[in-house]
Amino acid sequence: MLDDAMAPPPAPLLSVRGLKVHFPIRQGVFQRQVGAVRAVDGVSFDIGRAETLGLVGESGCGKSTTGLALTGLVPLTDGEVTFDGARVGSETGRDLARFRQRMQIVFQDPFSSLNPRQRVRDILRAPLEIHRIGTTAERREAVFAMMNRVGLRPDQAENYPHQFSGGQRQRIGIARALMLNPDVIICDEPVSALDVSVQAQILNLLEDLQDELGVAFLFISHDLGVVEHISNRVAVMYLGKIVEMARREALFAAPAHPYSELLLGSTPSLDPRRRHRFSAGFEDVPSATAKPSGCAFRTRCPLADERCRAEEPALSPRADGRLLACHHR
Amino acid sequence: MKKSLARRIGLPPVLRNASLLIGAALTLTIVGLAVFAPLVATHDLTQMDMTNRFSGPSAAHLLGTDNFGRDLWSRLVYGARISLSISLIAVTASALIGTVVGLVAGYFGGWVDMVLMRITDIFLGFPPLVLVLAIVAVMGPGLFNVALSLVVVSWTEYARVVRSTTLSLRERNYVQAAQALGASSPRILFREILPNSLGPITVLASLGLGTAIIWESALSFLGFGLPPPAPTWGWSLSYGTRFIRDEPWMSIISGAAIMVTVLGFNLLGDGLRDVLDPRRLTRGKG
Repeated sequence: MLDDAMAPPPAPLLSVRGLKVHFPIRQGVFQRQVGAVRAVDGVSFDIGRAETLGLVGESGCGKSTTGLALTGLVPLTDGEVTFDGARVGSETGRDLARFRQRMQIVFQDPFSSLNPRQRVRDILRAPLEIHRIGTTAERREAVFAMMNRVGLRPDQAENYPHQFSGGQRQRIGIARALMLNPDVIICDEPVSALDVSVQAQILNLLEDLQDELGVAFLFISHDLGVVEHISNRVAVMYLGKIVEMARREALFAAPAHPYSELLLGSTPSLDPRRRHRFSAGFEDVPSATAKPSGCAFRTRCPLADERCRAEEPALSPRADGRLLACHHR
Repeated sequence: MKKSLARRIGLPPVLRNASLLIGAALTLTIVGLAVFAPLVATHDLTQMDMTNRFSGPSAAHLLGTDNFGRDLWSRLVYGARISLSISLIAVTASALIGTVVGLVAGYFGGWVDMVLMRITDIFLGFPPLVLVLAIVAVMGPGLFNVALSLVVVSWTEYARVVRSTTLSLRERNYVQAAQALGASSPRILFREILPNSLGPITVLASLGLGTAIIWESALSFLGFGLPPPAPTWGWSLSYGTRFIRDEPWMSIISGAAIMVTVLGFNLLGDGLRDVLDPRRLTRGKG
């Protein structure tokens, strides 16, 4: 039942179940574990081919950690990741190498994401070298072709990253992620560091690439406008958990979870009649080390009552097809 | 803004760096003298002339003679060979060992880091002079033994510096991107992290060349260097002090040779640090 609502037909390309990433807090001479930051605390979702799933939430909700865990950059504490029907966690050696080819990541910071001592051609050739794809001449051709595709001139191949603007650098980052022809790209706030006009260019580039190559995106962002623009479906994360997941139109037209409502309400609007429905501040965000009992959002929720304190709401499908974790909606 | 002369006549940026130019000139001169010592030396190193001691510069003896009437200029250029070989061997070996230890400790962290850094601490724990003297005393004086003793006291510096730069570099997104691409650890260490640590390593190494020369001289000064009649700068400096009240020339010449060489290496290191940064090589937008 849960799968019906979450899985876009046909079978999902990437399927995540109960993903948990906990960071131990150690103290004292003997480095005893005194607690854990539960950055990601049981997240499940599917992504279909050529689909874009937006992942939104405020700083520290675990959305970036989710992306890092999927690409293997932080170890999973628990959970199951299935990629094209194969379990990822159990893979080793060559299988893992093949899997790595198929899932790549684009980072937020266009300045630290490129090695300042490598020319663009070296940066883009590295993925092919690592996976021993093609001859020297073929790699050269592939680099030029990819530069064209992402809107860079081939004569810029000899340049170093510092000779490019932020938007161009982000194009290089995207090109690097695409070199292995992956099926999924984790976009970790790929436009948050860019000017608004450049943001639009990069978003359009991502959409064009999706149309051309059929690549799926997990689009992580705190910028709701950007997410609304690019996503097919959107998942809202709060303190390590998904609290609502719905089709883009449904979520933005009528957010159901009180937290989604708060997030959407906090976007500045040019329409003075569109008032914030409630102003529960962004001040008192509970920490991921000591989460409230029951519903994690209850400390900031206007609807909270005894039941929310005692019982954690499960993420369950609703009549209109959305998934929601709330006792009251 | 007023353009500098170098910029107006269109020198490439590398050649506009004064430290680099002066440092390279000094270093090349001294290396050249050392390499071509048999050609530039005017006298036999051991040829004594007791009637012509402490002669002072003259046409026959460019820099004068020492307490045995030996030609100081000839001893100086041959002495450069000793000083330079010892410092080159010592610095190359220290930099290699220290860099590898630092990269591995910083990148892998955890118990690997713990073990490697505690070993480093043990080496750091000994007073360096005592350690060097002990090693030379046990192994006997000689070019390689002196160099080896310097490696033992100086590799730790490279290890600690490289470890700390590695610690910060491994968190960069481009390292994570390489990990996500499935790059092997050696590839990440040598392609992504090492090139970005070269700045500090180069500076340390060039300063280290100077320090090694001072160490070698100090050992000779204390009588633990190469035994006479080897024309070491430290021995001349040390022996010259016996006559320094009446005939300071011998010590001044050897001391000046040490100073100029160390200065040359230090300027070269400063210049290299600036030039090795690719942001300085090409003028870009960013």
